[in-house]
Amino acid sequence: MEISVIRGGMLTTVQDLGRVGHRSAGVPLGGPMDPFALRMANLLVGNAADAAVLECTLLGPELLFSADTLIALGGAEFEGLAAWQPKVVSAGSRLKLGAARKGCRGYLAVAGGIDVPVVLGSRCTYVRAGLGGFQGRALRDGDVLPGVDVARRLQNHWQIDPRILPGYAEAGTVRVVRGAQLDEFGGALFAAEFKILPQSDRMGIRLGGAKLTRIGGATELVSSAVAPGTVQVPPDGQPIVLMADAQTLGGYPQAAQVISVDLPLMAQLQPGGRVKFTEVTLEQAQKLAYDREHVLALLHEGLAQKFQ
Amino acid sequence: MERSAADKRRMTFSALGDTAVVVALGSGIDEAVLPRVRALAHLLGANRPAGIMDVVPAYATVTVFYEPGRLAANGPRPYEQVCRFIIDRARHLDSEAKKKTATAGRVMEIPVSYGGEYGPDLSEVARHCGLPVTEVMTLHAKADYLVHAIGFAPGFPYLGGLPAKLSTPRRPTPRGSVPAGSVGIGGAQTGVYPLSTPGGWQIIGRTPLALFRPGLAEPALLRVGDKVKFRAIAPEEFARWK
Repeated sequence: MEISVIRGGMLTTVQDLGRVGHRSAGVPLGGPMDPFALRMANLLVGNAADAAVLECTLLGPELLFSADTLIALGGAEFEGLAAWQPKVVSAGSRLKLGAARKGCRGYLAVAGGIDVPVVLGSRCTYVRAGLGGFQGRALRDGDVLPGVDVARRLQNHWQIDPRILPGYAEAGTVRVVRGAQLDEFGGALFAAEFKILPQSDRMGIRLGGAKLTRIGGATELVSSAVAPGTVQVPPDGQPIVLMADAQTLGGYPQAAQVISVDLPLMAQLQPGGRVKFTEVTLEQAQKLAYDREHVLALLHEGLAQKFQ
Repeated sequence: MERSAADKRRMTFSALGDTAVVVALGSGIDEAVLPRVRALAHLLGANRPAGIMDVVPAYATVTVFYEPGRLAANGPRPYEQVCRFIIDRARHLDSEAKKKTATAGRVMEIPVSYGGEYGPDLSEVARHCGLPVTEVMTLHAKADYLVHAIGFAPGFPYLGGLPAKLSTPRRPTPRGSVPAGSVGIGGAQTGVYPLSTPGGWQIIGRTPLALFRPGLAEPALLRVGDKVKFRAIAPEEFARWK
């Protein structure tokens, strides 16, 4: 089974759940910008949750499948394929994903996963270091991706309960827990509405529209660990929300940390979109994370019977 | 000011979001804190129990990443569970730190070809410092450096110990691509770019050594606490390497 890339799209990379356990060597976690959508897409084609998929950004790829298989798109809605439901494709058929209509990043899962080599425990692409994925880079026209031959069919017709699916909009409210230096910015983080700047990438989402100023001036901080979700504030006052490919250490003040269940919302805001932040407690954040895991576990169990 | 013994032993905990606990062992850049940072990272990183995902040492902190859903569901709250795990493993921190002080890390030698095509900013650094080019090379290669942290990019070492005379501001405009192995000076720090990445440091030389080896179980050549010595080599030796 092979997948030929007719058009690579704007930024299409192979991603799985990330490179766990190598941060002390300076290797970012990586993986999907929207982990929920990746896991859902995998469940929808009967894959393990950590199988490698294609992360598509704003403008999707055009692909040709060499064998019959099953595919599903999670996350953003793209022209060309309905999201959140499995689709049977036959040998020789093409799939053309157009522009993202809602959301920013889609996750295209193929039954059996994308079979690129495992590097440091993961198949995810870290483009900055040319590590993992398909030759360490985004897909280009003419690439041929290794797939896996699996005879997996859909049992009957079924649909995911829409109540568990996220909705994406142009503006969102993202929940955070406080960061080490939150108080140094007064209440400014929660008062303003920020704009997603076009310079945003997989390393960080850059925010404009309002500036955060440290009360009492700048004391230099010594670098310590940062993570996807860290809202750091460089001296120019324009916050950056670190995302999947975030560097492992940072020395800028940390205003807040986006809670795990809301990282997908952040990931799905398009450049030009708007975001507000609101504070929750650590206990609330972890309760929400437990609840989401519970939903995914139930879904996993429910879907186990849907393939043959 | 001399800190009290109790102060030196203090660990303070804070949350980095809903999936990490930061343990602070001191503040600032302090060589005396490094053995405790190394020791704690070692004690926490060995045989990680389920739910403990990653342990990241840097300067004066050790950060423990966890997955709340994979910790004991009926135990205390996840943050407290991880703090208890850290306190439990830190029981032997003092003796482990003494061991780390005694062994004092490894001494890693890094061969560098200074100047020329490998070090395009060497003359700029010499001009800024008001020193002859040869003196810059000699001073840089003679000093003892210590790895305070690995980060910024895979395998990138933050080195302490640059002679104050060599301190040079970063380039006004960063280069779009700095070749792998480039040795640079950025303000009061020096470091080595393990991979070709954009970068703003003044590039004074290049090493043929690979500081990041993705094929190995321990991909970074250097570890926090390692001592680093640079050794000047001729461009011919660079060309002959491996």
